[in-house]
Amino acid sequence: MSSAAFVLIAMVTLAAALAAATLQKLMHATLSFAVALVGVAAFFFLLGAEFVGLVLVFVYIGAVAVLIVFTILLTRRDVGKDRGANWGGALLAVAVFGGLAWAVFKTQSVAIGAPHIRALTVKRIGEALMTSYVWPLQCVGLLLTAALIGALVLVMEEKR
Amino acid sequence: MSKSVDQIFVNAKQWLLSWLMPAPAWVVQIVSSLINIFALLAVFLTLFALMSVLERKILGRIQNRYGPNRVGPFGLLQPVADGIKMLIKEDIVPARADKLVHFLAPILIAAAAILALGVIPYGRNMTPFTIDGGILFFFAVGSTTELAVFMAGWGSNNKFSMLGAMRAIAQMISYELPLIITVLPVVMVVGALVPDRIVAAQAEYTLGVVPRWFVFTPWGATAFILFFVSGLVESNRTPFDVPEGESEIVAGHMTEYSGFKYATFFMAEYIGMFAITGLAATLFLGGWHSPLSVLEFIPSYVWFFAKLSALLLVYVWLRGTLPRTRIDQIMNFAWKFILPMSFTCVIAAAVWHYAGRGLRGWLWSFVVIAIVYTALSMLLDTQRKFAPRTYRFAE
Amino acid sequence: MTPTLQVFLIVSAALFSTGLLGALSRRHAIFILIGIEMMLAAANLNFIAFWRFSPQSQPPTGVMIAIFSIAIAAAEAAVGLALVIAVYRHYRTTNVDHLDQLKG
Repeated sequence: MSSAAFVLIAMVTLAAALAAATLQKLMHATLSFAVALVGVAAFFFLLGAEFVGLVLVFVYIGAVAVLIVFTILLTRRDVGKDRGANWGGALLAVAVFGGLAWAVFKTQSVAIGAPHIRALTVKRIGEALMTSYVWPLQCVGLLLTAALIGALVLVMEEKR
Repeated sequence: MSKSVDQIFVNAKQWLLSWLMPAPAWVVQIVSSLINIFALLAVFLTLFALMSVLERKILGRIQNRYGPNRVGPFGLLQPVADGIKMLIKEDIVPARADKLVHFLAPILIAAAAILALGVIPYGRNMTPFTIDGGILFFFAVGSTTELAVFMAGWGSNNKFSMLGAMRAIAQMISYELPLIITVLPVVMVVGALVPDRIVAAQAEYTLGVVPRWFVFTPWGATAFILFFVSGLVESNRTPFDVPEGESEIVAGHMTEYSGFKYATFFMAEYIGMFAITGLAATLFLGGWHSPLSVLEFIPSYVWFFAKLSALLLVYVWLRGTLPRTRIDQIMNFAWKFILPMSFTCVIAAAVWHYAGRGLRGWLWSFVVIAIVYTALSMLLDTQRKFAPRTYRFAE
Repeated sequence: MTPTLQVFLIVSAALFSTGLLGALSRRHAIFILIGIEMMLAAANLNFIAFWRFSPQSQPPTGVMIAIFSIAIAAAEAAVGLALVIAVYRHYRTTNVDHLDQLKG
């Protein structure tokens, strides 16, 4: 885990996230959001959780970002611009960041380096998913099915 | 002797790296990656150039004409001429285009296509980048293509581009699902997401003759066909080339691109095609293993590229043979037939595994697939008369 | 010097605040959704960082929660965007300030 990579990824991620939150054009904001998520996935790689990083790219770029651009397309009539940031939101965001940062710096137990741990292979994740996490897995499957049906029902044309 | 020929590229790379011995480890690692990347780009850009001219020649033969034969011997220098033509063309950006998005789209699409090549094993010890989860990497990178296509369509600010991008994304999303689900049985049977392990699992020969490729099991054959068709759609090839149907929407999302940007799109399409056929060969056709144990003296990479070329030839053949399908036919085919069949493949693979992976498993999984196939063909009733079509426009 | 857990948490907090900024100050429903997704991603980063820096991780709980949270975020995005489309059909707008039919 090198500092140079960390600094680079952090700068790209945060810049993209800020762009996603403040850019006025919907399309640009969505693409910046995609870049920010690639940055988060790069953090996961840096932390040794490659599988989760790949899943994140796969789900967010391949599915969520495409869904968002599709929605932009289907609701194109009032697409285009939105105000960037307003003062209230910015103030609150800065306050939240300040509070979180203060808490992080106050807590001595988090100022630690990374211990040496066993590499997290896909096999280990699969075994954990199928043994101790099998009930959550089933619940997520049920939830995804429900979300799929719900989304379909919501966007279905109403019969007149 | 045959062993050293087989490992000639690996040894060459080791020899190159041995010049770097005094350098620290991270330098060696970076140089090693760079060598891999350069080799990959050199091989596949050459293959792209070769493929572009061979495709035109084969198509020409299919249509009873010569195809390009003027530039160089047998027209083999045609790609060079094409490249020069593309490079010196004027690069036009529409006045109302979203300049940044318009500019980034070809870069992103080419980067995604090239990255996907990185995890395929091209020969014994010849995987450029071994990732624990290589198959997932392939699809994660491949899913970026959809966003790039959309960027191209949106950035151009042109109705043909937008329609083409919409069609492209609709069919890519619909076929990405079966593409991934048909990979699942292989991953399940092998128990790994690493392409090398998948190739290694297909190394043996039954009775010393028939190779244990997954395509020789009922579920594997079905999955291979489904994967191949889905791959055809993913690479926007005929008969599924509605996104860029020339007679309807000019060139789809590439309408507003000219010169070198258009060439980049073209290249990305071909490289994506190589990647998906390479993955098909890795997953179902035994990767770099030879089809007969007596032919093992031929180097592994020759076998891999032979399989790749065979699949590419089928792509060209299909392009020369089949007409373009309609978009609603493509979507219906995906959701009503391909998707249920690919789920059946998963079940059939499980049946094959638990019936002992022998003849009994073979028969049982065949029965499962046959039942579902018959039921689907009866339910879908292909003889049905089509009702008058109603057009509904996106709001 | 390798990064400590602290700097990861700071980055994650910054990402979260940026998502909050987006979710609070925008008026388009899609923008708000983007902000929420960004906050979820920041939370995932925290989970993975805590897993990586914990002394012994058997089984890898942080990773598991991150995976489940990604799945749930995907479901949330699908339903949320379906809602946006449904709302747009009725009101011809996705501006959340105009969706005030229940007010008074």
